[in-house]
Amino acid sequence: MKHSVLMHEKEDDVAVAVVDVQAGTEIGVATLEGEFVGSVPALEDIPLGHKIALRDIGKGENVIKYGRPIGHAVAPIKKGAHVHVHNLKSNRW
Amino acid sequence: MDMKSFKLTGYRRENNKVGIRNHVIILPIDDISNAAAEGVARLIKGTMALPHPYGRLQFGADLQLTFDTLIGTGKNPNVAAVVVIGIEPIWTKQIADAIAETGKPVAGFSIERHGDLKTIEMASWKAKEFVHYATELPRVPFNWSELVLSVKCGESDTTSGLGANPTVGRALDFILAEGATAIFGETTEVTGGEDVVASRAINAEVREKFMKTFNDYQDFVNAQDADLLGSQPTQGNIRGGLSTIEEKAMGNIQKMGRNKVVSVLAPAEAPAGPGLHFMDSSSAAAEMVTLCGAAGSVLHFFPTGQGNVIGNPIVPVIKITANSITASTMKEHIDVDVTDLLRLDINLDQAGMRLVESAVHTINGRFTCAEALRHDEFVLTKLYRSA
Repeated sequence: MKHSVLMHEKEDDVAVAVVDVQAGTEIGVATLEGEFVGSVPALEDIPLGHKIALRDIGKGENVIKYGRPIGHAVAPIKKGAHVHVHNLKSNRW
Repeated sequence: MDMKSFKLTGYRRENNKVGIRNHVIILPIDDISNAAAEGVARLIKGTMALPHPYGRLQFGADLQLTFDTLIGTGKNPNVAAVVVIGIEPIWTKQIADAIAETGKPVAGFSIERHGDLKTIEMASWKAKEFVHYATELPRVPFNWSELVLSVKCGESDTTSGLGANPTVGRALDFILAEGATAIFGETTEVTGGEDVVASRAINAEVREKFMKTFNDYQDFVNAQDADLLGSQPTQGNIRGGLSTIEEKAMGNIQKMGRNKVVSVLAPAEAPAGPGLHFMDSSSAAAEMVTLCGAAGSVLHFFPTGQGNVIGNPIVPVIKITANSITASTMKEHIDVDVTDLLRLDINLDQAGMRLVESAVHTINGRFTCAEALRHDEFVLTKLYRSA
């Protein structure tokens, strides 16, 4: 399976679509170093550049990308869901 | 490829600084002198006016930054000679004299007691003389260690953090290892990654100066009591998949590569030595690149996700993207396409070297996309209201 999403660090909660991903498809996940790390079912359409959740994330939990928090979930996020401004908010402003 | 095998040519100025372009500029020091400056540029082939909207009734730090930006632009080694035009003689002479410290040909003209037409006539004689001078200057070989460049991204998206910005970082690793000088900045846009920048400071003094610069601007932002979503990150960033300032910042700072931060510069301040310098600056593309040009940058790397089209009148801007939609729909703006990095078909060393090779072509005279498309954005940073 060719990768459709890339993750920066192995501990990341989200990965970035490098092609337009369609709901209902099984998506290959790779690291930037080129290591294939498995697959995740896309629950929604994920446009190129947008993020997909790699695990279930509870409301209020930090969301990890680049191996560090990039904000927190303002709604529960299911594995395979689209992660963006509707369910992820900055911890800064 | 070995960095030392690249042949670089440029214009060695009177003060021994090296430029990669050979502009004769007509520099208005205030908004109402734009018409005369543009009049000269229309008459004399090989000259370029740099119109802008400010320069009147500014005071204090805001006036000083406008002066520093105008003077620094005139001093930039990509500029061979300068005609300065202002409404009155005092500030006009002040700007012209400061630029003349470089040893390059400079002449100042003021409009009061002459009018636009007489001023244009007098300035055009001098501009013509400067064009003859500039067009006789030869390109000469120079070394990477003499290059001053700058980096700043725009309309970033998640592909910037994955591909285009790390490509710039790796190219900087290669170029700075040869002793070159580079400027990065964007004070609000390291929010969430400021600890990473601070950890790269070369010593405690630089680290403290960086944190003070960062915190001062955070205080200013917080004092506005505004929601920055849509501004920082921008609507374009959000459309491209970036959700928070922390996420954008972590992508932004990939442009540093593996380099240490050797100093913190005021806006438009010239770096004193080689290495990577942080400049206190906005993330607005044209403002930031204009400040870098005023600080002496002669070449700019501009990674983009969604496709910022910015250029600069005196500094060639090289655009890099890893976004396949941008690379195909905005092809005329993209100098370096690294979309194959996200397909994992090339590695970061290969992408970085692709950018270095593009830089070498640009240094040696090839126009960038922004130059060919006449993207001449010259934008002064305004600190506060005029008197």
